[in-house]
Amino acid sequence: MKRFKPFTIALFVASLVFAPLFLNTYQVDVLNSIGLYTLLALSLNLILGEAGLFNMGHAAFYAIGAYTSAILNTRYQIPILWTLPLSGLIAGLFALVVARPVVHLRGDYLLIVTIGVGEIVRIALVNDVFGLTGGANGIFSISRPKLLGFTIRQPQEFHYLIWGFVALTIFLFIRLKQSRFGRALNYLREDEVAAEGIGIDTNYYKLAVFGLGAAWAGMAGTLFAAKMTIVSPESFSFWESVMLFMIVILGGAGSITGIVVAAFLVIGLPELFREFAGARMLVFGLVMMVMMVVRPQGLLPARSQQLSPTLLKESNR
Amino acid sequence: MNSFSANDGDRELPLLALQGLTKTFGGLTAVKDVSFTVEKGAIVGLIGPNGAGKTTVFNLITGNYQSDRGQIIFADQLLNGLRTHRIIMRGLARTFQNIRLFHQLTALENVLAGCHYRMRGGIIASMLRFPTQQHEEQAAADCAWRELEFVGLGQYGWIAAKNLSYGDQRRLEIARALATQPRLLILDEPAGGMNEQETKALIGLIGQIQERGITILLIEHDMRLVMQVCEKLVVLEYGSKIAEGSPDQVRCDSKVIEAYLGAEDEA
Repeated sequence: MKRFKPFTIALFVASLVFAPLFLNTYQVDVLNSIGLYTLLALSLNLILGEAGLFNMGHAAFYAIGAYTSAILNTRYQIPILWTLPLSGLIAGLFALVVARPVVHLRGDYLLIVTIGVGEIVRIALVNDVFGLTGGANGIFSISRPKLLGFTIRQPQEFHYLIWGFVALTIFLFIRLKQSRFGRALNYLREDEVAAEGIGIDTNYYKLAVFGLGAAWAGMAGTLFAAKMTIVSPESFSFWESVMLFMIVILGGAGSITGIVVAAFLVIGLPELFREFAGARMLVFGLVMMVMMVVRPQGLLPARSQQLSPTLLKESNR
Repeated sequence: MNSFSANDGDRELPLLALQGLTKTFGGLTAVKDVSFTVEKGAIVGLIGPNGAGKTTVFNLITGNYQSDRGQIIFADQLLNGLRTHRIIMRGLARTFQNIRLFHQLTALENVLAGCHYRMRGGIIASMLRFPTQQHEEQAAADCAWRELEFVGLGQYGWIAAKNLSYGDQRRLEIARALATQPRLLILDEPAGGMNEQETKALIGLIGQIQERGITILLIEHDMRLVMQVCEKLVVLEYGSKIAEGSPDQVRCDSKVIEAYLGAEDEA
């Protein structure tokens, strides 16, 4: 924990807390997007960064969460935030079902399968499966979220909801990282044969992390549906999955700080340079190429020490 | 109690028994009808020229491969068909010929892997840091530090495994295996790549492991080590067992001499 910089983090948190006071509505909205992508990238990081399982279909789980909330809210008038756990549950269960038969696949093969899953979900949404998803138009007039009797409408208000959830997520994920479960994921990433050969049920952990990552993406989907009040298939394209994949790799797989920074760069920078929107892909492509050559471990690679405070007490030995 | 000769009538109850083990890869028979036993508390060496099928036997025991025929009986229970982590949970642990550590992780985290299966804390317990989960983590850390110190790596707990010397990496792998609290430890060329000094220390370490009541089965090419520590040797050639017995018996066995002469130097 030597590189832990409490000051930088306090400054970052403070500027996020006070940001809505200084920024205009559009800028706050961009921050909210960054927050959602941070949330999604953190959930993908469990699968891709911590466990080393190539998943380029993460938008599918996001979509399932968003649509679950949208359907429950518009059809059954369930308050949108109440649907949060259910979205997570359904996205997680879906992930378990699709991952079960393919999770033994290695790296690149798993990547291709997950791309397929992402596309299948998107196309199913476009084709209005079960007459629930509203086809290409999607579902609209989702009601505004209410929190303790207070209706959240403005981007400034969503800012606190979204970034509050990001903060909670980081808090929980750091603890998860510093535990038996988190370590098991790392063993899996480092050497699957050795992990199995030391008593770790690798299949279980692969499935569990897919379920957990997908559940979190599903809950991010609920926030997305609440923020937009409309969900449609185009929000969950293959490109979304690629962006998330990019954020995790760019930030430094397994590094929570790196992922937050990368989310700001990948989502925030293009907004700053809107007039050059046409060159965005060009720049992304170049940046990825340069990164892979110059700094393949990511901007802020994960530290190898990830132990809970109780274990760190022993460090004076 | 560890004195052993192949033809003893009153041999100890075997901890591990292989019966007629056979494994083919495509048309190639890697292991052919191999049977031997490992007695409780003993140190047994599995030797043979390169490509004789020694590592394949290990992989069959630990469930990395499934045998075509034959039985693997460990502590009176059949291991055939079990997945590797289940076999480890029964009290078997192994190291690998080509070191398979978690290279990016610290030595301590590597050893903690061995404690993993005895712990219970799941996702929710970890996220909310339940007191029981914290106690468990602490107990695991204590166990891991003990094993690190046992193999002489106590001061390297916070060093990433990849930054340790080759010999230390081998010792770390042994510590990780010991952390599973095995009854039988399977070492695949533990002295591979070690210098004389390190090998000498390893011989001492193997003795200490035996003193803890852990049975050892090892593959080794270093004949000095094998002759010094093993009470019993099993010799494989072309996947078949050609000899079995005490080091002295094996050394004089004509088949063994034939197998080794020309293939590599006799030590």
